[in-house]
Amino acid sequence: MRYVSLQKDKLPQFVNSLQKKYKVVAPVKKENLFVFATIEDPEEVELDYMPTILPPKKYFLPQHEKLGSFVKDNVAMADTNIDVEPTVLFGAHTCDIEGIECLDIVFHDTPADPYFGRRKKSIIIIGYECMKPCDEYSTCVTMDTLNPRAGYDIMITDIGDKYILYINSPEGMGIIGKNPIFGKVENERDVKTKLLKLREDKVKNFKVQIDADYKELNKIFGTSYNSKTWQDVGKRCVSCGNCTAVCPTCYCFDINDEVKLDMSGGKRERVWDSCQLDEFAMVTGGENFRKERSSRQRHRYYRKFDYSVKKYSKFFCVGCGRCTRTCMADISLIETVNELAKEHKNAK
Amino acid sequence: MQSKLLKKEMTIPADFLYSPRAATIVKTKQMTANEKFFEIKFDDGEPLGHEPGQFIQLSIFGIGEAPVGICSSPTKEDRSTFEVCVRKVGTFTNALHKLDVGDKLGIRGPYGRGFPIDELKGNDVLIVAGGLGIVPLRSLINFIIDRRRDFGNVMILLGCKGPKDRLFTDDMKEWERMLNINYACTVDRADPDWKGNVGVITTLMPGVHIDKNRTYAVVVGPPIMYKFVIAELLKKGLSENQIILSLERRMKCGLGKCGHCQINSVYVCKDGPTFTYAELKGLGEAL
Repeated sequence: MRYVSLQKDKLPQFVNSLQKKYKVVAPVKKENLFVFATIEDPEEVELDYMPTILPPKKYFLPQHEKLGSFVKDNVAMADTNIDVEPTVLFGAHTCDIEGIECLDIVFHDTPADPYFGRRKKSIIIIGYECMKPCDEYSTCVTMDTLNPRAGYDIMITDIGDKYILYINSPEGMGIIGKNPIFGKVENERDVKTKLLKLREDKVKNFKVQIDADYKELNKIFGTSYNSKTWQDVGKRCVSCGNCTAVCPTCYCFDINDEVKLDMSGGKRERVWDSCQLDEFAMVTGGENFRKERSSRQRHRYYRKFDYSVKKYSKFFCVGCGRCTRTCMADISLIETVNELAKEHKNAK
Repeated sequence: MQSKLLKKEMTIPADFLYSPRAATIVKTKQMTANEKFFEIKFDDGEPLGHEPGQFIQLSIFGIGEAPVGICSSPTKEDRSTFEVCVRKVGTFTNALHKLDVGDKLGIRGPYGRGFPIDELKGNDVLIVAGGLGIVPLRSLINFIIDRRRDFGNVMILLGCKGPKDRLFTDDMKEWERMLNINYACTVDRADPDWKGNVGVITTLMPGVHIDKNRTYAVVVGPPIMYKFVIAELLKKGLSENQIILSLERRMKCGLGKCGHCQINSVYVCKDGPTFTYAELKGLGEAL
């Protein structure tokens, strides 16, 4: 059994059954935007949603992760325990799942990170497939993250009159179990064919966002290091670091100590940092190896389209469009990459 | 199935990745107005087990951590201790300078790729140190001295701002005295008592005669020095693979994750901090 069906009106019941055993985090409305949050009432879940303000990376790599605590006059960490409540991440889009996969590669690279590993193991991922484009900023077609591939336990697809759930792991199977709210799928092969057809058709609703092929992208970046585009982008950038905070695959961090008010001890924390901030690549003597905003922006793009390919054979842009959506200076990923693509073509 | 899932709630064993090991300062020496030397011993008596050119993360709880080069050789007589020399520049180093013999410190590491000792063996070694560059290089120099017959000709060129800024002056006296080491020192600005060379480090280069086929140059210093010294070395006929450098970056984790030390696709903390010039040449933002 790889597929089950679910009547649409039974969805809250499904969420409710999850809540009995897990903390459920799902997209909910926040003013006119969406966020991932722990839900109380299954009715809060909004499956028809735009990419959330922050990606679900906040559950895997929290903005503040306690590495350990310490007590006064002791140089070894008093405890490095972390407790992760068994959690279900419900309704994650395929782009965000791909983002978690990217983080997984980085944090499982030697030496593997136990903090991330613990969270990854404790969070069950139930995806929800996008059937229509979210807005003009996403690039999931170009980045090939529109369709589910891997990295989830269950994938929910809306086939019109009902949902089809694809079970991708023993954990996913455990959740479906013998729960009577799910319908049996008579012919799994038919469902598979139907889903393939559905995916073929839905792409037609999405417009191709970047003027370059997926396979061309890396070549474009191979010749773009000294492009004048970086100067243009650098002139507009205000170095706020929003783009890296909202990026599903940005993982840079700082390590800070926080001391209790009574000075009896404290904790050492890993905190999100941003390569866009002025002092990020500065060494103690004051030398700054990425002083210019243009070089910092270039660094960000290269981490998505070039360095990650060299290091992990993978693009680290998942096409969610968050960096463009959040940018105060209207720096658009699509425009930037198109500009580079144009230069690359002309130079040929 | 469900109950098994719930059991995932476990705890990570302590003493992992980010946990510093307890150590004690056994000796200190104020080397210059701003640089202080520390000899450190692990509380469990274990040696650090490092290679020349590697670095450690020093930790003071409540203040934080800082990456520091190791200045002693693993061949040192008393292997239960190791040494660092730190310049007072920021919050962490100011707190460190206040510590003295008997005070406790946390240590993570050693991290990174050290100098390519195996390649240097059997060859001539030209060492060029500028300013604080002598800190990691002292580890290599003392290693070579302790294993002297494994190496060919050894030359040390040293440059600093002024006579009062010289570090490890006791070692320098030794190196100067040794017959099997060519040693020269220059200062940018002399004072009335200074009888040695005056000028930037490249002014020593014309006096250096090397066999380009069997010499490795190991150069550590500020970025500006690299530019000029590398040009001189290439002029002398060394290939890009025969020039070894060490880079300073602000490593926060030392584990190839945090991104602070990243140059293009290279993580200085894991792939370096030592590199050949050939490895760095094509990397923007490296030098």
